[in-house]
Amino acid sequence: MNPEYRLHHPKWYRRKVPIFWWLSKWSYMKFILRELTSLAVVYAAVLLLLQVVAVSRGEEAYANFLAFLERPGVLAANILIILGLLFHAVTWFNLAPQALVLRLLGRRIPDRVVLLAHYLGWLTVSALIFGGLARL
Amino acid sequence: METSTHDVLLVGGGGAGLRSAIAVAEANPELSVAVVSKVYPMRSHTVSAEGGAAAVIKANDSLEDHAYDTISGSDWLADQDAVEAFVEEAPREMIQLEHWGCPWSREADGHIAVRSFGGMRTERTWFAADKTGFHMLHALFQTSLKYGGVLRYDEWFVTALLVDEGRCQGVVAIELANGKVHAILAKAVILCTGGCGKLFAFTTNANIKTGDGMALAYRAGVALKDMEFVQYHPTGLPFTGILITEATRSEGGWLLNKDGYRYLQDYDLGTPEPQPVKRSMELGPRDRLSQAFVHELAKGRTIETAHGHVVHLDIRHLGEKLIETKLPFVRELCRRYQNLDPVHELIPVRPVIHYQMGGVHTDLDGATTLPGLYAAGEVACVSINGANRLGSNSLTELLVFGARAGKAAAAFAEAQGEPTRGVLAQAMDEERRLREDVLGKTGGTERIAPIRAEMQAAMEEGAGIYREQSGLEAAAVKVEELRHRFRDVSLDDTSLTFNTELTAYLELENMLELAESLLHSGLARTESRGAHQRTDYPERDDERFLAHSLAYRKTDAAPRIEFLPVTITKWPPGERVYGR
Amino acid sequence: MADTVAIEVRRYRPEEKSEPYWQRYEVPFREEWMILDALNYIKDNLDGSLSYRWACRMGVCGSCGMMVGGEPILTCASYLADHLPGPIRIEPLRGFPVVRDLVNNLDDFMDKLTAVKPWIVREEEKPLSEGEYLQTPEELDAYKQYSMCINCMLCYAACPIYELEPAFIGPAAIALAQRYNFDSRDQGADERMDHLSRDEGIWACTFVGECSVVCPKDVDPAGAIQRYKVKAMTQWYKSMLLPWGEPKR
Repeated sequence: MNPEYRLHHPKWYRRKVPIFWWLSKWSYMKFILRELTSLAVVYAAVLLLLQVVAVSRGEEAYANFLAFLERPGVLAANILIILGLLFHAVTWFNLAPQALVLRLLGRRIPDRVVLLAHYLGWLTVSALIFGGLARL
Repeated sequence: METSTHDVLLVGGGGAGLRSAIAVAEANPELSVAVVSKVYPMRSHTVSAEGGAAAVIKANDSLEDHAYDTISGSDWLADQDAVEAFVEEAPREMIQLEHWGCPWSREADGHIAVRSFGGMRTERTWFAADKTGFHMLHALFQTSLKYGGVLRYDEWFVTALLVDEGRCQGVVAIELANGKVHAILAKAVILCTGGCGKLFAFTTNANIKTGDGMALAYRAGVALKDMEFVQYHPTGLPFTGILITEATRSEGGWLLNKDGYRYLQDYDLGTPEPQPVKRSMELGPRDRLSQAFVHELAKGRTIETAHGHVVHLDIRHLGEKLIETKLPFVRELCRRYQNLDPVHELIPVRPVIHYQMGGVHTDLDGATTLPGLYAAGEVACVSINGANRLGSNSLTELLVFGARAGKAAAAFAEAQGEPTRGVLAQAMDEERRLREDVLGKTGGTERIAPIRAEMQAAMEEGAGIYREQSGLEAAAVKVEELRHRFRDVSLDDTSLTFNTELTAYLELENMLELAESLLHSGLARTESRGAHQRTDYPERDDERFLAHSLAYRKTDAAPRIEFLPVTITKWPPGERVYGR
Repeated sequence: MADTVAIEVRRYRPEEKSEPYWQRYEVPFREEWMILDALNYIKDNLDGSLSYRWACRMGVCGSCGMMVGGEPILTCASYLADHLPGPIRIEPLRGFPVVRDLVNNLDDFMDKLTAVKPWIVREEEKPLSEGEYLQTPEELDAYKQYSMCINCMLCYAACPIYELEPAFIGPAAIALAQRYNFDSRDQGADERMDHLSRDEGIWACTFVGECSVVCPKDVDPAGAIQRYKVKAMTQWYKSMLLPWGEPKR
């Protein structure tokens, strides 16, 4: 008999959630990684801001900025950031069909179509931007 | 002892219990109403029903037709006044459930869709894909949450009725979470605890269908009516016994023997047509279809499998689209539990215990002979199902008689005084019995599982689709032996916290009583009618047996069986004709 | 195939010990057995004191959810064979307090379900004598998926947010609210909005998405929640930008 037990009042048990709960399952880890890639987005935004500032300060400042980007450490970091951004975009797109349920002619638009529309949109915008840049 | 008091208490929170509770709340919002159930309401066995619920709403149908189909389906054992009331109130109740959100399947224009069902001459079975019971139960449960005044005692196990001064005044229940025994006093008690399929080894029924309410009423001196009539549903999966709905046959499925032959044509059920014909062949009544299987088995035309003999249910010709729209749950069940896809393969099926036509003897308002005690749903026998129930009548029965019993109990409770305090002494006795005689018993040499398994085997053997004197007697002797051995059971688990061995013990105690009532009722009825087929008395005998059996409990002796004539109004007994 | 398989069950018997512990059993291996059959074998033949819930054994009542090998599943719908080799570890569902052995306390879910008003809300009821509300098959399709929830709570067990933040309303409750929001007969979407768009409502969800992965009935509660976020945001913007007259749904 458990001395802590009070008649007709059994204690309920709740486990303590381990700090590294997200290591227990790959899908949880993927979730955490996905959330962390928002930092990659912040980084990229800051980088863009620095670029704009450098441009506004003239040729020398801009050249310094480019030199900065070519340093091996920065290059390596930026490659990782780009991978993170891709992961961020792909996981975001994959979730989109669950959140965006549209009906056309009485039937639900299939998930594949919504997904495809996202990628096509991305491609189109990218093509427009690169095309526009190529012209310059 | 912890005591609470209500005006109306529902025992059981399935379709009938919830409908009844809502009926009480609506009849008089001032009344204190509570539902006590040994499981959470959404686990009640109503949830497993698949095919549909019948009610007359289409222009090509009539109340007369529904009544006639039900009465002839019952082999004229149904009380015709009850059937008339049932078919009349059914449409209203079903529309009420629709208003409460039940997701009935629809025709293209938005009206309720109906399908044909076994033994019915017109399509009148409403359906929610093939998960009708699930959707009905959840619609009722979620709607009941709207009525804040309806209290619930979830996972409290009722062990006894409190009867004093000639009326039922409440129940004794164990709060499973902590083992505390309570007395719940009430001016009216409505039993909605369902049937007793677990008396048998092979059944569609859930683990919880142990006939607790029937046993409660039986021990309180109320008669159990027509207990010998247990329905074998023709199509259950071998090994698990999982139900494959009759809707597979309404949509056009065929039953084939090992030669691929639609064997029902050999049993006066009509001639095979490519399209389903109402009241013919695979759309015949369940008792006749199950009986046909037994004959096929005897002729060696069934298919032998690792889990017994089966026949094949063929729905391949219905096509994937129809199966996905109207029978998706069937497909899911076949894939998971039988490892086959019914779109491409034959489904092995055989008759399986499914429903108890008999039960607590009530009148049209669910009132039993014990004032203050009511019953509705499968636990009750009004009787509208007589010797054989037509598919899709029982889900409707939950609504119609749940509502009727609720209203009647509410009116009764309004006129009652407070419960007498004499019941508290009884409650204390029951608490002592549970604590000392059940939990406290040590040194017993028997276990629950073997006794239960032997009972179930004896019932399968002695109370099968075809019975006869010696088989029924042998089973009755066996059950009596088991009742003696049961007294020598002591539990592995003597704790108070969620003790499911204790509940298994109490359930087995109930089932052993019910087994006795079933077998002795079967012995007393020396005729064949509907689901009670005696090879030693193969004819229907309307002269002596156009009557209900009533089993009255006797301590340490076989039950006393009496007979109560069936109420005939408009339809004199005739021949049950299917397929011609 | 082996004759027997080892099952390790996480026991909790508060009258004996204050902490849970593992107990090992050896059960026969049968190809056709589900995990539940193994549990029943243990209870019937080896140890009658093992407590767990089960009823329908066909995957529709929602009673038998447990963690098996760390994943929340319906034990009546998962083959023993799929979890080999042993030992197969069975624990009660995460997220809910354990009362005894494999039995959780479910009060929190029951309260949360009631709080989302999972019933048809209407300004005016149509009289029964006028028959059914018309609902086309397309209108039925709009909410049908969310009506398939069997209240098994595997989604709550899979949701890390629920275990970390027990105030979270949770996947099934929100999916059931959406079941009514999308039902053409219901007019209660506005009534449910305040409750659902609280911090502990949809906004506590970070779209981990595991709830939809484990759901045995493909209800997709994660989708229901994200759709509601879109709706709540649109409604908020509308009320900011067009503060005059939002016609009631």
